[in-house]
Amino acid sequence: MGKVAIIGVGQTAFVRGYPGSIRELAFDGFKDCMQDAKISVKDIDASIICSAPEYDKQRSPAGVIAEYLGLTPGPTFYVETLCSSSSTGLKLAYSLVKSGLHDVVAVIGFQKMSEITSAESQESMGRGADIQWESPFGTMMPAYYAMHAKAHMQKYGTTPEDLALIRVKAATYGQINEKAVYRKAVALEMFSDPENQMAGPVATPLRVGDCCANADGASCVIVASEEKAKVLCKKPVWILGIGSASTAVNMAGRDLFTGLTVAQEAGAQAYKMAGITAKDIDVAEVHDCFTIAEMLAYEALGFAKPGEGRDLIRSKETYKEGRIPVNVDGGLLSKGHPIGATGGSQIRTIVLQLRGEAGGMQVKNPEIGLVHNIGGVGLYGNVTILGR
Amino acid sequence: MPKDIDDRFKKFGTVSFTQITKVNDFIKYLEEGKVEGTKCKKCGQIFFPPRADCFSCFSSDMEWFEVTGAGKLVTYSKLQYGPVGFEGDLPYSIALLDYGKYKVFGRLANDVPENEINIGMAMKAVVNKLPNGQLNYVFKKA
Repeated sequence: MGKVAIIGVGQTAFVRGYPGSIRELAFDGFKDCMQDAKISVKDIDASIICSAPEYDKQRSPAGVIAEYLGLTPGPTFYVETLCSSSSTGLKLAYSLVKSGLHDVVAVIGFQKMSEITSAESQESMGRGADIQWESPFGTMMPAYYAMHAKAHMQKYGTTPEDLALIRVKAATYGQINEKAVYRKAVALEMFSDPENQMAGPVATPLRVGDCCANADGASCVIVASEEKAKVLCKKPVWILGIGSASTAVNMAGRDLFTGLTVAQEAGAQAYKMAGITAKDIDVAEVHDCFTIAEMLAYEALGFAKPGEGRDLIRSKETYKEGRIPVNVDGGLLSKGHPIGATGGSQIRTIVLQLRGEAGGMQVKNPEIGLVHNIGGVGLYGNVTILGR
Repeated sequence: MPKDIDDRFKKFGTVSFTQITKVNDFIKYLEEGKVEGTKCKKCGQIFFPPRADCFSCFSSDMEWFEVTGAGKLVTYSKLQYGPVGFEGDLPYSIALLDYGKYKVFGRLANDVPENEINIGMAMKAVVNKLPNGQLNYVFKKA
């Protein structure tokens, strides 16, 4: 059976308060991708639409969006795994193409988070945790990740400053990413100035600067069979490995709090499938919804040993010129995190890197890239390895 | 809703998002001052939080057991912001205790001084009545 390629990527800028409806938002992401792929809508024979549905009034958005994008009468499927929805969409597109059921599949992720207030959004995201046994205590995403940060600091001596360094790195690249919602510089000193917004406590030990922002946005990735890719695309990027995992939704059902088992499991699957190891990765996009999440990703993916993630960021090894560049597009911390669109945006970044088209964010001549996308607090995890 | 519906679970926590569950007796035990989990009568698997069904042997024949003694504090976080409906409780800390055979997720009691909280310390789950009449449990020093 043939290989599976990515033949087009696109995204909208991630913004606060997109001035349009969800179908129009999805159209903008799809259009950007189609201009990249330079193919006809007629070339696409199925679509996968990805988002977290609680933000929308529209029930079952897939059909509405597929029609608005001109993708009828091809089949369309709606996929949701919280913040990892569109990398799950990519895995399903891979499966559809690999099985021979479809030749060219569009994966469209979107989220219009500004439909609801930030507090409502936090509550709604908290309900991505266990609503029966944990939400009644008043849980929120930052607090769950903060519990992991606390455990990591206790066991390994990681400091709040180590986490702040991850935000400083993100902002270095967010400033030059025209798709990012947060484009200002961030200095380490801001975290030690109690008057500065970055230093404001959210959920100990995480501060405002440790958290990504809500945003509206859409992304699109077009997946094709080897045969079609060779006809339709000059610079196909190949899917070399793709791993996924899940775990207990509630913290009481877990044993690991200094890492995420889904990332370890999905990473191991993806490395095995691609026949490579962590040291073969030239550039990576990891799910940095919070600074601690990037630290945990370094260790889960084998870029650092458990407890040594801090050494990577202290020595700037995850900067563009470092040993393993991570999130050199600004990450979720700078770009913003429109749930359903996030995975597709991460995939776009790695595809552009492998094609040598990442502009000021370009890493020197990468051959293999990795995308790590997490849903909920490590409830779902997808790791995808791409190569030229 | 018909009168014979058992919706006791709506009493759990500051805001409950569930009304009807097969383990509604959890609330009965909270009212008696006890935090209880379930144990599968067929294979002995222990569940906290309680479950009505055993994934190990597919039996739904369960008995209740009381969470007693002390657990170790695994990790915690103090929230400065809360979801809609929880603003009045702020600030509060969510936490996890490890009892060995199971873990219990909940809140730290407000009267535990912050400088006395240490990961690994022994704590116990105690039933707590909230100002709005709802029930939960909190962790106190053992």
